[in-house]
Amino acid sequence: MTRIDAKFADLKAAGKKAFVSYVMAGDPDFDTSLEIVKGLPGAGVDIIELGLPFTDPMADGPTIQLAGQRSLEGGMTLQRTLDLARAFRETDDTTPIVLMGYYNPIYSRGVDKFLVDAKEAGIDGLIVVDLPPEEDSELCIPAQAAGLNFIRLATPTTDDKRLPRVLQNTSGFVYYVSITGITGSAEAEATDVGPEVARIKSQTDLPIIVGFGINTPEKSRAIASVADGAVVGSAIVAKIAKGDSVTEILTFVKSLADGAHSA
Amino acid sequence: MANDLFNSFMTGPDEQGRFGDFGGRFVSETLMPLILSLEEEYEKAKTDDSFWAEMNDLWTHYVGRPSPLYFAERLTDHLGGAKVYMKRDELNHTGAHKINNVLGQIILARRMGKTRIIAETGAGQHGVATATVCAKFGLKCVVYMGAHDVERQAPNVFRMRLLGAEVVPVTSGRGTLKDAMNDALRDWVTNVRDTFYCIGTVAGPHPYPAMVRDFQAIIGKEVREQMDAAEGRLPDTLVAAIGGGSNAMGLFFPFLDDKDVNIIGVEAGGKGVNAKMEHCASLTGGRPGVLHGNRTYLLQDDDGQILEGFSISAGLDYPGIGPEHAWLHEIGRAKYVSITDVEALEAFQLCCTLEGIIPALEPSHALAHVMKLAPTLPKDHIICMNMCGRGDKDIFTVAKALGFEMGNFG
Repeated sequence: MTRIDAKFADLKAAGKKAFVSYVMAGDPDFDTSLEIVKGLPGAGVDIIELGLPFTDPMADGPTIQLAGQRSLEGGMTLQRTLDLARAFRETDDTTPIVLMGYYNPIYSRGVDKFLVDAKEAGIDGLIVVDLPPEEDSELCIPAQAAGLNFIRLATPTTDDKRLPRVLQNTSGFVYYVSITGITGSAEAEATDVGPEVARIKSQTDLPIIVGFGINTPEKSRAIASVADGAVVGSAIVAKIAKGDSVTEILTFVKSLADGAHSA
Repeated sequence: MANDLFNSFMTGPDEQGRFGDFGGRFVSETLMPLILSLEEEYEKAKTDDSFWAEMNDLWTHYVGRPSPLYFAERLTDHLGGAKVYMKRDELNHTGAHKINNVLGQIILARRMGKTRIIAETGAGQHGVATATVCAKFGLKCVVYMGAHDVERQAPNVFRMRLLGAEVVPVTSGRGTLKDAMNDALRDWVTNVRDTFYCIGTVAGPHPYPAMVRDFQAIIGKEVREQMDAAEGRLPDTLVAAIGGGSNAMGLFFPFLDDKDVNIIGVEAGGKGVNAKMEHCASLTGGRPGVLHGNRTYLLQDDDGQILEGFSISAGLDYPGIGPEHAWLHEIGRAKYVSITDVEALEAFQLCCTLEGIIPALEPSHALAHVMKLAPTLPKDHIICMNMCGRGDKDIFTVAKALGFEMGNFG
């Protein structure tokens, strides 16, 4: 059982929805980023998605693209991202960390070496945007064998015929992408998302967490009420870009978490 | 050897879209269903006579195929060695080989009921070809072009606008072809239901590398017939420039199983392959990685972050290369070399004055390698290079590089 599985068991026992937050590792710099990440559990975050910066984030909108650029310009690497996770683990051994990014930095390091290092750094799961089920042998299957969850994206274009293939090697939870689009663009609508979550639930027992297009406490609540939880990324990253203080950022995160938890 | 299927180099890719370890389908889930349906549609079209009848009709009457095979007599005399032939794909409608492929993809898009076409472009030749065919069929066309390229390829930007296309300057990254491709992919993820992504080179997720190659293979097929008519045999050496590698793949593919034919791809060496990555020679100076839907050789740093290439030629300014080239490189069936900006500029000028042909900067790289090679070979050796684009679009860039002030004709 990974920290992710344990977290969902706890949430289920408490009858609560999950709140998941995304920040880019090393944005705006390593130390501030670590301070933000350390504050997330206290602000009500159940699962931390930690962005792994990449030069060519083809599924991300400008907000997260720019966060990646800031992070890379500050000298962030895959190694430094794992260092950040390890530093977080020194004070928190229960909040799950999901590393989210693109395949090339992982491939470049070497999958086997990466998996050993990620596990050792306290990473619990992976979301790799450019690895669909057709490429499962690359990382998904080795990751599961190494004891890490491999969390798959399901999207509005994943039809019923394809859904079993998407769910087959997924573990931890299913990340439902609420819109056809990039991060931080269109707004998710609970009325559209509800039936889609039900459709996926009919084929899996895994929790369904919804992300993309959620940017306010109200939206966080509305989406969480029709799923097992909500993810917010770009709206938080935008505050970091604006230069808000760590306290201001965490206060905003808490409002989003409260939204999801009140669902 | 051509009949020995067990040793054929022409059977790829496999069902996973792989050429050896290269290629594949590294895209987000949103795009995956569409890529599978494109593959299905293409497999149907490939064996459908009516599809090829439509292609052939347009190739003949709209593009002007077959393009001539031309014996470059004065260049041959000047170099004093091998006979140099040029495949004149710069004489196609829109001035480059790009339209060969665009026609195929737009016919497919129409078969799939898509009403909106997007494309990325570097030098602007693929963008112009896409805008052209969209105008002909009355389809909405949006072209993503790096802001830096918009600046250095202004005539092509205006052409696209005249043809009714929307040109979107891309400012992310360094504003070149790689960044244009990122933004085209972002558009596609957002508008996946009505939009067809017309990729301009033999890269991207499967089935694009194979499909674009098959559409461009008309180049090599024609060369086989034309060389037979001119010389009664196959050429000894093929030379073509490579950015993503579509004109090269089109020339090379029909000859892959003719083991006596030497195949040489010419990458853009920029300021020199050893000088701080200021080049676009992915095979010579890069290593395998995953970008834009496929595994191939990429210019990247130790952390797997993609580097911006550098070349005087906007069409070669891409940090990757088609996966089939990566495979041909690894198995040694084709050889890959690089040519610097300076060498390409020399070849550009020589071609103008000796042959009365103003070449694009992209084939100028191929020509520069021919200039090195031909003098070392006997007079009965036949080289065929692909003159894949005309240089009208490049005159401003060349004028600047040669220190000539446009408008000052004193």
